[in-house]
Amino acid sequence: MSVPLHAGTESCVGAEKGEITPVLEKQADELVSRYPISKRSAVLPLLHLWQETFGYIGPRGVEWIARKLSLQEIQVLELVTFYPWFRQQPYGKFHFRVCRTLPCALGGSGKTFAALQKLMNLKADGHEGAMISEDGRFSLEYSECLASCGTAPVVLRNDEFYEKVDEKRATELVAGCQ
Amino acid sequence: MAFSEHRLIFKNIDAPGYTRDIACYQKHGGYEILKKGLAMGGPAIREEVKKSQLRGRGGAGFPTGTKWSFIDPAKTTKPIYLICNADESEPGTFKDRQIIYKDPHQLIEGMILSCFANGVKLAYLYIRCEFTEGWKILEKALAEAKAAGFLGKNILQSGYDLEIHVHRGAGAYICGEETGLIESLEGKRAYPRIKPPYFPAVLGLYMCPTIVNNVETLCNVKHIVEMGGDAYAKIGRPNNTGTRLLCVSGDVVKPGYYEFPCGAITLGQLIFNVCGGIRNGRRLKAVIPGGSSAKVLRAGEVYKIKEKDSQGNLVDREVKLEDLRMDFDSLAAAGSMAGSGGVIVMDDTRDMVECLANISTFYAHESCGQCTPCREGVLWLKKILSRVAEGHGRDEDPALLKDVADRIAGRTICAFGEAAAWPVQSFLGKFKEEFQLRIRRNGAAAKRDTISLTH
Amino acid sequence: MSNCISIPMNPWNHDVAKDEKDLVDVQIDGVWLQMPRGLNVVEAAHRAKKFIPHYCYHPKLSVVGNCRMCLFEMGTPKMGPDRKPILGADGKPEIAWMPRPQIGCATGITPGMGIRTDSPLVKDCRNGVMEFLLINHPLDCTICDQAGECKLQEFSVEYGTGESRFVENKVKKPKNVDLGERIVLDDERCILCSRCVRFSSEVTKDNVLGFVNRGSYSTLTAYPGKRFDNDYSLNTVDICPVGALTSKDFRFQMRVWFLKESKSICTSCGTGCNVTIGSREGKVHRLTPRENEAVNSAWMCDYGRLNFHYLEDKERLQNPLTKAAGEHFPAPWGDALNRAAEGLRKVQPSEIAVVASARMTNEELFVLKRWMDELGVTLVDTVNRPEQGDQFLRSADGNPNTRGAELLGLSHGGRKLSTWGGEIAAGRMKALLVLGGEDVVAAGIPAACLAQLEILIASAILPNATTRVAHVILPGAGFAEKSGSMVNVHGRLQRFSRSIAPPGQAREEWMILRDLREIVTGGNSLHSIEDIWKSMATVIPVFAGLSWGKIGDQGVDLTHSLPAEATAK
Repeated sequence: MSVPLHAGTESCVGAEKGEITPVLEKQADELVSRYPISKRSAVLPLLHLWQETFGYIGPRGVEWIARKLSLQEIQVLELVTFYPWFRQQPYGKFHFRVCRTLPCALGGSGKTFAALQKLMNLKADGHEGAMISEDGRFSLEYSECLASCGTAPVVLRNDEFYEKVDEKRATELVAGCQ
Repeated sequence: MAFSEHRLIFKNIDAPGYTRDIACYQKHGGYEILKKGLAMGGPAIREEVKKSQLRGRGGAGFPTGTKWSFIDPAKTTKPIYLICNADESEPGTFKDRQIIYKDPHQLIEGMILSCFANGVKLAYLYIRCEFTEGWKILEKALAEAKAAGFLGKNILQSGYDLEIHVHRGAGAYICGEETGLIESLEGKRAYPRIKPPYFPAVLGLYMCPTIVNNVETLCNVKHIVEMGGDAYAKIGRPNNTGTRLLCVSGDVVKPGYYEFPCGAITLGQLIFNVCGGIRNGRRLKAVIPGGSSAKVLRAGEVYKIKEKDSQGNLVDREVKLEDLRMDFDSLAAAGSMAGSGGVIVMDDTRDMVECLANISTFYAHESCGQCTPCREGVLWLKKILSRVAEGHGRDEDPALLKDVADRIAGRTICAFGEAAAWPVQSFLGKFKEEFQLRIRRNGAAAKRDTISLTH
Repeated sequence: MSNCISIPMNPWNHDVAKDEKDLVDVQIDGVWLQMPRGLNVVEAAHRAKKFIPHYCYHPKLSVVGNCRMCLFEMGTPKMGPDRKPILGADGKPEIAWMPRPQIGCATGITPGMGIRTDSPLVKDCRNGVMEFLLINHPLDCTICDQAGECKLQEFSVEYGTGESRFVENKVKKPKNVDLGERIVLDDERCILCSRCVRFSSEVTKDNVLGFVNRGSYSTLTAYPGKRFDNDYSLNTVDICPVGALTSKDFRFQMRVWFLKESKSICTSCGTGCNVTIGSREGKVHRLTPRENEAVNSAWMCDYGRLNFHYLEDKERLQNPLTKAAGEHFPAPWGDALNRAAEGLRKVQPSEIAVVASARMTNEELFVLKRWMDELGVTLVDTVNRPEQGDQFLRSADGNPNTRGAELLGLSHGGRKLSTWGGEIAAGRMKALLVLGGEDVVAAGIPAACLAQLEILIASAILPNATTRVAHVILPGAGFAEKSGSMVNVHGRLQRFSRSIAPPGQAREEWMILRDLREIVTGGNSLHSIEDIWKSMATVIPVFAGLSWGKIGDQGVDLTHSLPAEATAK
């Protein structure tokens, strides 16, 4: 579940570090070109692009996208906070999403989650949303249905998708984080 | 196996040696139907789709031909858009994933045919971003199709131009609702639109006529063009034509995806024969037959269903749960729905309070927050259910839950209200004693099944 | 008079049907009526004196249908096999009622439609929405400024149950958010109706406001670091149906139920936005826009809205003052006016000049005009007040009644005034009346030059460089303290009525001029605003046929009868 962030508070950890390269600009322009009727349509694609490049979406990303699409920053922030895939702070190098929804739950995703949490030495801090390890290596959160209910429980490790992740398989997945 | 599948959409999926590249697709006859369709012309394709009686596979089961007929490409002056809804998010459903990952060109061919039939020049493929590889597969497949002349300018020298772009969602279930999807595609929060006046066929994407069809639906169009609408309509049962992709999950021996003619098998056959019965030698307790929004069915239930007898007269027939046909009309008659084809099976060890709490957590998380009953009511349902599941239930909670659910369903902007309310209404209605028992024991019975996960 | 203002066009006016004459039969709560086709059901019910409660719907904003408070039961005519409506015993169509309630704001009237606004289903819908809206609401009415005009409060009493079944923890949201210069936001009170967001995107088009987060956690906000402080921001306080957006200027000042409301117009520029003055015990507490589609729709600018605090300025002139030995001393009205009259008698009418003000009312200007004509005074002009203006409601004319002053022949666009410094210096101009609080020093006549005058009479509500050198100062009344009419830059005649009494001995200026006239020329025929109108209507051609009463609360468009030179601007 996304953290209920409140705009105007410390919702962001600071500006994203890194250069906005000509390659990035070009990728962005190509994405915008897919929406000849309204470039506002390119907000989600550009948010994906930014998050994939910088790891999260902070004020720098919001403002860059707003400028690029001639929007107000709030019109971009509205989306960052609406869509759970987007995050306003960096996650661990290896981010795990465990499906929480009924079929996976029936398949034991709660145990998978607990195993991962233990393996990553993560403590729930009372906040909803992702838990991040102190060294920034791991982060873990529940996700809603990932649409692979027949092979429950399922896990996303960064962009890699894993099926039937029981406690044993979870151990392997964590061990495989190189 | 006694119940062999009829694989139409899934014909090549998982077939040995079958790959998702265009060469393999073409080797199996791919894009030949496109040539046929282009020669037939748009109106003829629309006519065949109408004749096929194809019903939408996204959840609502609305007749596709009728949906298309709301737009007349010959008359409208605005551009017409088509959007493929590949935001597969209904818990229990994982059919579109198979098509996208394993046979993307089938979808693209169906989509090109549908676009051509409706005079669409620009189309989008809205895919959920959790299909982290799926969107790349589709982009590659689109590039292949374009390189082969099936997309872009003057497709196969027909004079017809079409661009299709992939658009990734970002983890919001509500984008499966077609007007929410359109808002999302316009770069906004996915707030479903009020209907009237914003029917997609009239005021859709960029306020232009828009068709939104599910992945499976668009694939079916290819097969309808191939075999003709009348022949297609012979598969399945009247008003429930074609095949149906069924996804079975939960407590069965062999969960997975299957394809059968609509209504060709019963729920019992699906669970006990096709899927090998209930896991660990347990017994069936409950089944949600059409994605988590569908009303739950309880083992042992008997439904009164109106059916035509051999003389064509409507007669009441008593049908046991196991004998329910897996088609639109039968499941609707049983008070539930075929929905998106996601069958979630629960065995007799499952605690219905926990299961419902889990489902309600999903809806509370996914409510877009636009309209009052859903925004406030669904989180309220979740909070009550979590509390009851945690052993702090009160005697009045079941009645309160029902009342809150009743005041959501039918009063919201979109069908999400029903989707969130129906599980509550049906679980409470059918497993009342479990809720009462849970509340009576409360703290004493705090040993929780871990499935609730109402974090 | 430069005028770059266009009459505000709302993107929507849902309270007006496309064709008001295209009437169809509809049944509302069992009674058959005629309503314009396409008019939405909230408005149609309103016309039928049936109130359908609503939060998100606003006739001047797009329809989003999110609050669900206006759910009603809808029916359509039952159709026979011939596809014609089946008629009942009363000759009217039989109605088939839909099981699912519909929202009134997005449903247009169609022929034979059935509408139920008070059925058990409708009541249950409203009751449900009220309960939902209140479960996460802080219920802090006792400290909320909206109390008394809060739609949550009102509808809760009307349609709610009076008790909550909610025992869970409420959603926590930001409170006391400093949204902009003039606005404070309490997100816990916000019901997410999106009126303010739509105002910001559809009316002011600056898109400053938006929602962040999702579901029940959705939160109204501006982008961090961005301020919601455009010149129209306070309109969102008006349209906010609850206490989420409050005005810093008004909050914690006065309970709204103590406010006396009077219909007035804003006099801060030439647009003349229609306003309601909220006052109590002689003090104005707020101005709010009063709807008038021909002028300001439902909006007004923040500048005009807040431009009333000068009425209670510490420096307010409260007594007539006369100058003796270089100092001003309070004097009774009679003495001050006599001193003025005496000064005027000593000079020739041709040596008297009058600075009228385009901030004065038509009535004041007319009494002045009468007096000047009787006395034979011809030198008169007004002070221009050019402003930046905007493309919406702020006029480039900072004077509220330039058109009126022109109509009465008292304005020459400041062209004459610019020569008067020289006239005074040359000794040809010996008496000057500066009215309506104008400051001729600021307008270019040096104080030293004014000192050469034999008599300088100034009426004002606050001291200025002119009053400081005046022989006689006559304390006038502010716009909220008097009645009168003005003609706005678009040629619309509008009136306003006194809301509070002027402070101390200060008086409405038409009375001051009436009394001065009586002393100087003996004329005494104008004893009330109505009297003045009777006279004006016979003398001023464009006012022919009009009376104080006929102006009404929405004013009268004079553009068809205005002289060509006045309308050509």
